[in-house]
Amino acid sequence: MSGNTTGILEFLTIFILAMFVGNEVVARVPSILHTPLMSGSNAIHGIVLVGAMIIMGTASGTAQVVLGFLAVLLATLNIVGGFTVTDRMLEMFKSKPGDNPPKGKASADVEGGAK
Amino acid sequence: MTLAIWIDLIYLLAAVAFIVALKGLSSPKHARNGNLLAAGAAIVAVGATFFNPEAHFSSHTTNLVLAIVAMVLGAAIAVPVARMVKMTAMPQLVAIFNGVGGGAAALISIVVFLSDANLHSLGAPKPAVYAIAEGMLGLLIGCVSFSGSAIAFIKLQELITGRPITYPGQQIINGLVGVAIVSLAVATLLTDSVPLMIATAVLSLVLGVIFVLPIGGADVPVLISLLNSFTGLAVAASGFTLNNNLLIIAGTLVGASGILLTRMMSKAMGRSLSNVLFSAFGSVVTASGGADGTGETRQVRTGTPEDIGVLLAYARKVVIIPGYGLAVAQAQHTARELADLLMERGVEVFYAIHPVAGRMPGHMNVLLAEANVPYDELKEMDEANPEMATADVALVVGANDTVNPAAKNTPGSPIYGMPIINADEAAHVIFLKRSMRPGFAGIDNDLLFDEKTSLLFGDAKDTLAKLVVAVQEA
Repeated sequence: MSGNTTGILEFLTIFILAMFVGNEVVARVPSILHTPLMSGSNAIHGIVLVGAMIIMGTASGTAQVVLGFLAVLLATLNIVGGFTVTDRMLEMFKSKPGDNPPKGKASADVEGGAK
Repeated sequence: MTLAIWIDLIYLLAAVAFIVALKGLSSPKHARNGNLLAAGAAIVAVGATFFNPEAHFSSHTTNLVLAIVAMVLGAAIAVPVARMVKMTAMPQLVAIFNGVGGGAAALISIVVFLSDANLHSLGAPKPAVYAIAEGMLGLLIGCVSFSGSAIAFIKLQELITGRPITYPGQQIINGLVGVAIVSLAVATLLTDSVPLMIATAVLSLVLGVIFVLPIGGADVPVLISLLNSFTGLAVAASGFTLNNNLLIIAGTLVGASGILLTRMMSKAMGRSLSNVLFSAFGSVVTASGGADGTGETRQVRTGTPEDIGVLLAYARKVVIIPGYGLAVAQAQHTARELADLLMERGVEVFYAIHPVAGRMPGHMNVLLAEANVPYDELKEMDEANPEMATADVALVVGANDTVNPAAKNTPGSPIYGMPIINADEAAHVIFLKRSMRPGFAGIDNDLLFDEKTSLLFGDAKDTLAKLVVAVQEA
């Protein structure tokens, strides 16, 4: 599964550009989102499942099939678990207006107290 | 257009979606949608892969069935675990999901290597050196990430001590193992030998273990972020091996953003990344910790829950400063109960959140959000500090280093320069602590001995519950 040398240069170009993009998009993330961002990007690299499926499809012989099976299993754990746990984390961040009357009143007091 | 081009197009769209999603994950407003977008893109890309001619699923039905079985099995394990694990156990969960991704990338390299070696023995030309090199990179980084994450998991789950594990010559031994791996990888490159490839994999697994052992306590989350970045790079290497743009882009995005995130996390702790990784920070604690506990002659003032309850109930402004101890005791719900009770009495209450409070950066926000604490009651350090001087009570729950004035006043201190929450500026300071044991940095906190400070010893959840009762009766 090896490309020709033009191929590798194209892939290197994509690799380097993606590095800059990766750096740029998270440049100003607030610290409260560090944990969800880590977890979310953890889920994104779970896309290795696509690679695991490709090698599983072409695997021949017991050793390759067993290893390919394991690769698909591990990658599925990564991608499914990663997205699920990130969503669970972020679900809690949404504001829940008026679910507790005294709290709403109290936070209004806080606003008043803070001038 | 051929099927292959359609599939490449779908992969391209998925890659774009990942970039947009990552951007979304960096802002509180769009974070959840960003994650859902990435998940949707992943589902479409995985679905398309069933039809990818490179996978040859149409002619390998057994492999197709096995792949589906593995995916169903994986999902059946991952969903319940991800749904049910306690929010306080989040760091080890992220570690494990990261580790398996690294493992998958390493396995891809192994299978491609075996398949190429097999074809070569049947008369096909030897694969180009750079192609083997890409595979070896994926193998090496993937293995380090896999075993490193496993050890990080074991440490966070407290199956072994969370403190740094050090031995003489550690960095030298690690360096030698690193050199051995590079030599083996080069030898594999030149000879295309399967046993050498396996030796490289095994030694890389060993490197992952010994690299992580000396990193302990609050540094482990920074390490997980770094390993997350490693897995991203391993996935990018798999992308090179399989000539797959989606894997290259997604893996590189995570690799690059992960490194940046790791550096931001170390900065929030006032330290450099190399200091986090190589200094075995806090390893002296075991030696000096006992001495600090027993040899200390200075007196601290312990308060009763009743005294402190009255102090809180009649205060005008109370700042709750939660830390690692609150996370470990899972006391976030009780803390909220106390805060609500105080607010009902008209006390102004807010939470001051240090960037590294909890078990990983931003973790405290997640825990308090889980306890339904409204967003506007959480103040980040920079926002909270100007208000500390006007606070009547600073209630420090299971935190220590993040409020230690030595970070501002004692230039020789290991934590000097680390940003802290200025609890010392409040009129009264109350510490809820389990014991007099110093915090993670292993240094004394003068604030504990200050005459405006009262201590209440015990598990954070128990002491907070006692305070709830005391405030009700006050």
